[in-house]
Amino acid sequence: MFTKILIANRGEIACRIIKTARAMGVSTVAVYSDADRHALHVKMADEAIHIGPSPSNESYLVIQKIIQAALQTGAEAIHPGYGFLSENAEFCRQCAANNLIFIGPPIEAILAMGSKSAAKTIMADAGVPLVPGYHGDDQNYEVIKQAANQMGYPVLLKAAAGGGGKGMRAVFSEAEFDEALGAAKREAINSFNDDIMLVEKYLLKPRHVEIQVFCDSHKNAVYLFERDCSVQRRHQKIIEEAPAPGMTDTLRKKMGETAIKAAKAINYEGAGTVEFLLDAQGEFFFMEMNTRLQVEHPVTEMISGQDLVEWQLQVAAGKTLPCTQAQLNISGHAFEARVYAEDPDHDFLPATGILKCLQAPSETTHVRVDTGVIQGDEVSIYYDPLIAKLVVWDTDRDRALQRLTEALSNYRIGGLTTNIGFLYNLATSKAFQRGDLNTGYIEEHEQEIFRRRDIDIDYAAPLAAAAINKQQRQQAIVAAKHSVDPNSPWHLYNNWGLPQRNLSIQIQHAVVEQTPDSNTSLDDLMVIPTGSGFDLFTPRGFFHCAEVKADLGTDYREADGGNLSAPMNGTLVALLVDLGTEVKKGDSLLVMEAMKMEHTIMAPSDGSVTEFYFKAGDLVDGGSQLLAFMRSNP
Amino acid sequence: MTVIKSNINTKSADFQANAAVMQAQTKELKATLAKISQGGGTKACERHIGRGKLLARERVQGLLDPGSPFLELSALAAHGVYDEDVPAAGIITGIGRVSGQECVLVANDATVKGGSYYPLTVKKHLRAQAIAAENNLPCIYLVDSGGANLPRQDEVFPDREHFGRIFFNQANMSARNIPQIAAVMGSCTAGGAYVPAMADESIIVREQGTIFLAGPPLVKAATGEVVTAEELGGADVHCRISGVADHYANNDHHALDLARRAIARLNRSKPVNGNLKDAVEPAYDASEIYGVVPADSRQSYDVREIIARTVDGSDFDEFKALYGTTLVCGFARIFGYPVGIVANNGILFSESAQKGAHFIELCAQRKIPLVFLQNITGFMVGKQYENNGIAKHGAKMVTAVATANVPKFTLLIGGSFGAGNYGMCGRAYDPRFMFMWPNARISVMGGQQAAGVLAQVTRDKYQRDGKNWSASDEAEFKQPIIDSYEHQGHPYYASARLWDDGVIDPADTRMVLGLAISASHNQIIGETKFGVFRM
Repeated sequence: MFTKILIANRGEIACRIIKTARAMGVSTVAVYSDADRHALHVKMADEAIHIGPSPSNESYLVIQKIIQAALQTGAEAIHPGYGFLSENAEFCRQCAANNLIFIGPPIEAILAMGSKSAAKTIMADAGVPLVPGYHGDDQNYEVIKQAANQMGYPVLLKAAAGGGGKGMRAVFSEAEFDEALGAAKREAINSFNDDIMLVEKYLLKPRHVEIQVFCDSHKNAVYLFERDCSVQRRHQKIIEEAPAPGMTDTLRKKMGETAIKAAKAINYEGAGTVEFLLDAQGEFFFMEMNTRLQVEHPVTEMISGQDLVEWQLQVAAGKTLPCTQAQLNISGHAFEARVYAEDPDHDFLPATGILKCLQAPSETTHVRVDTGVIQGDEVSIYYDPLIAKLVVWDTDRDRALQRLTEALSNYRIGGLTTNIGFLYNLATSKAFQRGDLNTGYIEEHEQEIFRRRDIDIDYAAPLAAAAINKQQRQQAIVAAKHSVDPNSPWHLYNNWGLPQRNLSIQIQHAVVEQTPDSNTSLDDLMVIPTGSGFDLFTPRGFFHCAEVKADLGTDYREADGGNLSAPMNGTLVALLVDLGTEVKKGDSLLVMEAMKMEHTIMAPSDGSVTEFYFKAGDLVDGGSQLLAFMRSNP
Repeated sequence: MTVIKSNINTKSADFQANAAVMQAQTKELKATLAKISQGGGTKACERHIGRGKLLARERVQGLLDPGSPFLELSALAAHGVYDEDVPAAGIITGIGRVSGQECVLVANDATVKGGSYYPLTVKKHLRAQAIAAENNLPCIYLVDSGGANLPRQDEVFPDREHFGRIFFNQANMSARNIPQIAAVMGSCTAGGAYVPAMADESIIVREQGTIFLAGPPLVKAATGEVVTAEELGGADVHCRISGVADHYANNDHHALDLARRAIARLNRSKPVNGNLKDAVEPAYDASEIYGVVPADSRQSYDVREIIARTVDGSDFDEFKALYGTTLVCGFARIFGYPVGIVANNGILFSESAQKGAHFIELCAQRKIPLVFLQNITGFMVGKQYENNGIAKHGAKMVTAVATANVPKFTLLIGGSFGAGNYGMCGRAYDPRFMFMWPNARISVMGGQQAAGVLAQVTRDKYQRDGKNWSASDEAEFKQPIIDSYEHQGHPYYASARLWDDGVIDPADTRMVLGLAISASHNQIIGETKFGVFRM
């Protein structure tokens, strides 16, 4: 076994790897950027090496710096975690060139799976089922129709040049085919001036079910069962579970063996995941293979009782797999919920900020929290806004789900927007409780998930009002203490002589009117002030609240263009107008990008830009003045 | 520490009966005030809101520090005075905290006759200014008024205490560094235009506020010029061109915010006189006052029971407790502020008047504010007392009250009749604030007495003429006098005419006095120079 390894990653996965390494008596070296100087993974590791500025392309993604850190500290192997350099063949090559062991698959396997089309060819050749499709050059009607008939309906017609749903048609029977193809082709010609069509099997309500595989350098391979990752938002997994609901032993065995076949086809070593789409009929099709440890690996660990990082280190050290297939068993059921700093009500827009409060549920045999941050840390713009992975286990799915909802309702994070409330509502939605999942789950059940929030808001409104009342009363007490006559009745916060005050409160994204009742008990609540308001933790979940201040209108300075500032931390992408050019009110002036989302800054009135204070590519702090704008005279 | 020991039994039938009567009066008061607070009625309010404006009371609330109290003044002004309803005389006045500073607020209610100034509107506005001047409180005017009520111009315009006095007061308060802030949130026409123009700082709301000496109709009539109100005197005109206003508000909320900021930067601090202590709630429940006061006003009761339910810890150090016992004098605190209390406990005799004068001298010397609890039918009459010089002893007390240069607070908790009103700091003696309970009565003498006196004069005439005046004729003669006294002596009648600053719920006594006393501490208490005391 290694005596020292370097972890070329950060956050929860770096911490996760350090824990296992430590348990195995392996020393660890962390690397960190400027932003991570005080990060948890740095504190946990035995040694830590600074590798540059905060942007990951200047630190965690710079191969040479990582290699240098490993050489400098005498690490024998490098664990890449997930993301960053974990599936980078060049990095793998550089490790080899410097006599460092890359804890992961061979370069060839990474390369083979790196190209999606090449991967599909390899898998097709190995007999792994792919989503049936026709991608031929022969665009004869009959040829295409024949292909569709062969794969069986429904099928999806897609324009080869397509996008945005244009030139796309779902066809549910042969009878509809001709008309659908004609319509799709016309649309494709109009939209793309190209009517080449391809046909794919249209999977109804498919589920995302993946198989964890493990191979060693001695030709041994096992599968550690499946994970159901169907519940996704913006194509990112959000809650994963194992085993998959409704999975049969037969299908599991079939999928597991297919996954091993896929791994063997590329001479795989180490931890890998073969992702399949599983349709309602129990047919499954290869999507892709991830040649790394997955974010959601803890659910597999919970049901199998294995430590996958330990397995990785054993395999990388040239040992055989710790178990044979026969020795592996499923015990109970596990869920993982990804706790993100993001705003579910705004299309899951990533959020940044200081974790003013961070109270995870207590860890027990049933609850595991993988995290890389502690209270007071900042979730910055530079990296993935994952705060923690909440993992729960119990003897069956119902009980495990109960654990999950319980743990979510006890998860208290203040200071920034998180998806905890959303996760809670998702986990308690009816179809999820039944295990009726598919990749379109959130869209399909949006109404339920969001309507539930309205009910929650009715529940939270009086509590929020009471919390505001209490906060203002305390402010009044403090003000009184600092005054010349602290006992003056003018300091009282009792609204004496006035009608009851209605508070306008923003709760999540709803605005409600609420009269505070001083008898409302705040005993079971926790209130954490944030920059703009406060976070309210209740036994029924968590709410961002703020008193809505009266609308003071647009300040004339702003109307004159005096205040055009960055809405959040981010990068300036492009300046869209020239200095001095007359623009109309509402014209786009510049584009910022923050956390993969674009924000356009628009002209507040007719006028012109007199100066830009940043150039494209600059990092901009939220609130910074971006430009000077001169209003044209009316 | 001398905590008053209450002798009230709250379980007694008397107590319950008394409480029922006072509660009914209080309930009626609250219902009346609630109706008044609706302003000009649903339709007018809806129209007002429809224009994007806040109601006058919403403006007041929006201006105040969140949750802080509002001591409304003269809410009953004009109540039942004019042929038409003019709730609160169309203007809301009071004291409230703005940016931590106690201020006098004057807000026109445009839903009441367009916010125009009736005679009592002027009187109420001037009274609020007088309170500001006496207590050194910044003034905030929320202007939304068409100006003087034209049909009543003779009662509004020309005299010393008429419309012009508003601006005289603004100028003179400004001269004494009592800040004058105006926010124009609606019309502000003709004479009214001087409110913002005379202010130290003025704010005007875009597309709502207008300031001009003559409105578009008058301009057209005078010169033929056709002009919109906005062009004539809107926010853009006055903030960008004329300079009549200083701050440009986007809407009502913004105007209130700007006014709050204007107060926040005044660079003032409250002087606060004397030494303060922690506030301690009275040992007895204030609501017991309802049952303490006898339903029959002629029945006497111990005024210490009221004091016990008003002052800090019910702690009352009495002065000359065994002398002149019909006047109770002593030292106490209200919300930690020291006060001297002068309270009637029966008719005033020479001894009690001398004791009162002595006690007032003490308080003036020590700069302790005075609280008068009036329940007085008058000075004792009769040969013995006149021979004893009750007039000169009464005069001593009146001299002391009139010239004592400490803040004085008068509360009518029962009758206020004759010279007793003078000795106990009636309106004419410039108490800083004066309030009444709903059971109080004020007149030169009681209705019975007045009717008796007039009947006696009439009977004498009949007798001189050798005629007979039957008992039933006499009763018929007396009844309208009694009725008239009862009507005019009623606290609503008094309050409607600004003879006081408001009728209050007796259970709020401590709070109202506390707010008023605290507000008065914005002014430094000066030295007193008494007049000649007739010895």
